[in-house]
Amino acid sequence: MTDIFNAFLSYSFLRNALIVGTLVSLCCALLGVSLVLKRYSMIGDGLSHVGFGAMSIALALNLAPLYVAIPVVIISAFLLLKINEKSRLFGDSAIALISTSSVAIGVMIVSMTKGMTTDISNYMFGSILVMTKADVILSIVLSLLVLVLFVLFYNRIFAITFDESFAKATGTNTNLFNSFIAILTAITIVLGMRMMGAMLISSLIIFPALSSLKVCKSFGAVIVLSAVISAISFICGLFMSFTLDSPTGATVVVSNLVVYLLFCLIAKIRKN
Amino acid sequence: MNIIICENLSVAFSKTPVLKDLSFTVDEGDYLCIVGENGSGKSTLIKCLLGLIAPDTGHIVTEKSLFNHIGYLPQQTTIQKDFPATVFEVVLSGFLNDLNGRLFYTKAHKEKAKEMLSLFGISDIKNKSYRTLSGGQQQRVLLARAMCSTKRLLLLDEPEAGLDPLAVRDLYATLRKLNREHGITIIMVSHSLNEAVREANKVLHLGEDCSFFFGTSKEYEKSEFGKRFLGGQKND
Ligand SMILES: Nc1ncnc2c1ncn2[C@@H]1O[C@H](COP(=O)(O)OP(=O)(O)OP(=O)(O)O)[C@@H](O)[C@H]1O
Ligand SMILES: [Mg+2]
Repeated sequence: MTDIFNAFLSYSFLRNALIVGTLVSLCCALLGVSLVLKRYSMIGDGLSHVGFGAMSIALALNLAPLYVAIPVVIISAFLLLKINEKSRLFGDSAIALISTSSVAIGVMIVSMTKGMTTDISNYMFGSILVMTKADVILSIVLSLLVLVLFVLFYNRIFAITFDESFAKATGTNTNLFNSFIAILTAITIVLGMRMMGAMLISSLIIFPALSSLKVCKSFGAVIVLSAVISAISFICGLFMSFTLDSPTGATVVVSNLVVYLLFCLIAKIRKN
Repeated sequence: MNIIICENLSVAFSKTPVLKDLSFTVDEGDYLCIVGENGSGKSTLIKCLLGLIAPDTGHIVTEKSLFNHIGYLPQQTTIQKDFPATVFEVVLSGFLNDLNGRLFYTKAHKEKAKEMLSLFGISDIKNKSYRTLSGGQQQRVLLARAMCSTKRLLLLDEPEAGLDPLAVRDLYATLRKLNREHGITIIMVSHSLNEAVREANKVLHLGEDCSFFFGTSKEYEKSEFGKRFLGGQKND
């Protein structure tokens, strides 16, 4: 066991994946609780597809993917939030529309310029090999920033998630905070999608929150448990993918799924 | 001194007028009761006062600082049934507008929140999950939260809904105390006319076809509006 572990840590790309992945998983878990409770989890999914489109375009133009994707996804997050505010029903279809279009445009552009390379498959389903050193540093800095901001604004995020009209009525600028959450989500998704893949990243947002919602009764507990679940699931998933030689993103999702099923079982047993 | 001046306020939803040319004023220390039938626009008016709905015409003048001292109890909350939050977390979030750039709640906030819990007799369910409470208990939690967020003005939309008769009496006593002793201005929507008129010093009655009455409780009892509605209830 320790041999495998030492072998694991001797690869620098695995070390990077471990650090960046754990940080991004934590960000996803914290934001995920708020997004799931506000019924915004579809936005996370939509944003990852937009991110895919943006990265494909960056690839075609030989630009650094993160620098293109982050601003594009932030703008889309604003847009989706606005559409969702106007109409819930239309919001859902608008998200589907935007995400499928982004994927379609991304695939088209890349196949026209470079052909369907492994890069595209990497963006779709993730790869831990694609990150450059600069990417790793940027990811660490940004995800730490997201974590710190979330903790600092925890009380405000709770109040707005719990009862937006009360928060607004008592003088909180709820639009500002919704945008704030949207920006943090956009950054987190772009950082995570390299490793997890555009198709799979939103599971990191949804699974830990749903798992802890099964058993916790306070918001604080849900947040803490989600973070713990997310980090552990990621580390286990990464380790498993290394030993089984399976794709990292998919393995992490499966490990989250197993935890979720476990918590469903715990909730069932508790009830009886 | 006027703290709210409402002038010729009109609100329509898809061309159907709900409020039309409504004017009234609220003074510091007032206890204003808003009455009227279902659908007469009471909740709409409260939302206008809070700035949650923008009026079509007319305007509401308030001191800007008033909004940092407002307590609000919505009629029906949009809070989802399955939200995980303890009673204490919910009540404490009433101090949101008192954070003033601070990031976390202070000890004083927590003490005051505990006071509010005992004021509404919910100290024993402090650590219970909000989603598992009865409707009446939830109402008390939200009232306690509203009390935390106010030093000056409390806006209540049918606060007695879902409370048992004893709790309603306690509620009225609490509101009276807040109004008389702490000088908090109260604006309350209510369907229990007789109690409301007895407790309040001013009445705003929203009637049919956007007609309305505004005046003191004494004037209300003598007015056409008052005679019809109060009389009707007394004959029951
Ligand atoms: N968001 C909205 N969109 C369209 N119509 C609305 C909206 N909100 C309220 N209305 C309409 O405005 C009218 C007044 O509603 P409001 O909720 O203010 O009544 P109310 O006096 O509070 O009634 P109740 O006693 O039942 O609480 C109703 O006819 C309602 O259908
Ligand atoms: Mg109403």
